[in-house]
Amino acid sequence: MGRRAGALTGPGAMRSPGAVAILALLLAAAVPAAMLVGPYPLTLAQVLAAVAARLSGSATIGDSVDTVVFAIRLPRVAAALLVGGALAAAGTCYQTLFRNPLVSPDILGVSAGAGLGAVLGIFLSLPVAAIQGMAFAGGLACVALVAAVAAAVRGRDPILVLVLAGVVVGALAGAATSLLKVLADPYDQLPAITFWLLGSLASIRAGDLVPALPAVAVGLVPLVLLRWRINVLALGDDEARALGVEVRRLRAGVILCATLVTASVVAIAGVVGWVGLVIPHVARMLVGPGFGRLLPVAALLGALYMLVVDTLARSIGTAEVPLGILTAAIGAPFFLWLLARGRRSWS
Amino acid sequence: MVQRVLLILAVLLAALPAAARTVTDSAGRTVEVPDSVGRVFAAGPPASVLVYVLKPEALLGWPRALRAEERPYVAEPYRDLPETGRLTGRGGDANLELVLALKPDVIVDFGSVRDTYVSLADRVQAQTGIPYLLFDGRFESTAASLRAAGAALGVADRGEALARDVEASFAGLDAALAEIPEAQRPRVYLARGPDGLETGLKGSINTEIIERAGGRNVADPGDGRRGLVQASLEQVIVADPDTIVTWDRNFYRAVRTDPLWAGIAAVKRGRVYLSPTAPFGWIDRPPSLNRLMGLKWLAGLFYPERFPSDLRTQVRTFYSTYYHVNLDGPAIDRLIEWADGRAP
Repeated sequence: MGRRAGALTGPGAMRSPGAVAILALLLAAAVPAAMLVGPYPLTLAQVLAAVAARLSGSATIGDSVDTVVFAIRLPRVAAALLVGGALAAAGTCYQTLFRNPLVSPDILGVSAGAGLGAVLGIFLSLPVAAIQGMAFAGGLACVALVAAVAAAVRGRDPILVLVLAGVVVGALAGAATSLLKVLADPYDQLPAITFWLLGSLASIRAGDLVPALPAVAVGLVPLVLLRWRINVLALGDDEARALGVEVRRLRAGVILCATLVTASVVAIAGVVGWVGLVIPHVARMLVGPGFGRLLPVAALLGALYMLVVDTLARSIGTAEVPLGILTAAIGAPFFLWLLARGRRSWS
Repeated sequence: MVQRVLLILAVLLAALPAAARTVTDSAGRTVEVPDSVGRVFAAGPPASVLVYVLKPEALLGWPRALRAEERPYVAEPYRDLPETGRLTGRGGDANLELVLALKPDVIVDFGSVRDTYVSLADRVQAQTGIPYLLFDGRFESTAASLRAAGAALGVADRGEALARDVEASFAGLDAALAEIPEAQRPRVYLARGPDGLETGLKGSINTEIIERAGGRNVADPGDGRRGLVQASLEQVIVADPDTIVTWDRNFYRAVRTDPLWAGIAAVKRGRVYLSPTAPFGWIDRPPSLNRLMGLKWLAGLFYPERFPSDLRTQVRTFYSTYYHVNLDGPAIDRLIEWADGRAP
């Protein structure tokens, strides 16, 4: 805690509109490329033909190419963009809010709670949609509990109390998850639980995005609108108060929004770590710590990163590689490199 | 004086354990086992099926209590055996003190004989002083394990009879399958998990029943890797299995009306099958002797003209031979309906 975001522009930082434009261009190139990669061999011509058939209304239902393009890869690419962007945005919010670069969206227990909800759903042999609903509810419930604890404990550093409550509630949810794993049927439910906890977009479908997309939007829009005030929050509570910001309410609002965003995507993708931790760092290296420009850059970068990782996940092996494994394998060494580089990208 | 020496000898003899003999298990471990084995602790679900099939009266408990829908398919006296947890497999939760309190004559484990399980067996045996027997649970070793376990538990005749039954059914399968070239065998996907996108690679203990019944597992990485993996729908579409087998009712309900699965050959041809799981799964869950029932069922599904025997008769015979229950009409009906996709 406590390291302050002094300068609002980092040394040698790129100008934010430039970074946004470049990232948007990269994304525009990456999306069609990702559509062509996967176990089902598809050529550009086939994809274009499928798109043309859809547009002209002559597509045949049940045709394999049409199914792969529109029902499998398109939702999957969209989900990767959504999940990566949402996690990176939430991570940026939490890091700014807690004035700490080591914070990830899981800090208040949203992943642990979502994990518990999903594992309970699998344990009760519920259908997939219900498992996702339980994950969403679990993530929100866990953070609500943390917030309630923090609200009840007064007179201490509110951020410290929040973080500690997050650690405790997260550990409790983790223990409950482990208990369910022990009780679960080892031949039936346990593998499903393990795969869920590692995160994957392998089974994503268009229908999953229908509830997730608006929920992420509802969370993101206030964050974008409040970006200047959140920026002030990074200066410290007293300074922010001196500048006329209602710290408590703003903080509660940011937590609510960032949690909503995280829980929505964790519910459909499972627990995908490292994105919300590492991507904000990279974004900060590009455009400096000012929250207003950081948020869009981090979101775009996260979307791009997750798109690349998910494309790897479905193409490097004969089986799907869980996302959590890939993001950790890429994110952890990168994070160490950042540390070793020693540049104080935070301030 | 002589009397006193005799008395001491008698006391010493009484203190010795019951006369012991030496048994060699599938891992090649030689273990001292009491002459009469009356109390057996099953180390995991596969072992509980093995012990229940061979010598139910010796079984001390189930690793997990039976569910309501499973109870009618287990013989009356054994439905209410206590839950004992498992010593092996993923996450052992049986307490060694609880194991000791049950005073088993032996602990039996059935499944993988890889080094981890061998060393676990040695450790538990050294710690508790209870003989720990490990039998190989793979299909190809079923007959040998039945004989060895039967002999170890003092029911050599039953072990021998069942081993012969297994050999006969394997031989029958092999004879019929010998005439069917690899290319004509059904291409099978075993769907696990609520979304059906979990499967076992070819050669896994979870899916070896596919090859044994004369199918080809479409989840074949070709490099000898085994185990459970997550698949994507795209991979299933590429593999395009003509037969899908599952025991997950949620998945089974969803798959036949799901537009994403609609293009897959198995769904188009209506060849998606739901395995009953009472009292144990027919194709897996746990991977134990219960799969012998699934073997008959799958062979009939894959090659109806070569294995035309009536499923009802097979169920009645199998359940009475292996599970000690004489099922009445309605109980058999429920299983047949289940295998037909109408789970209770």
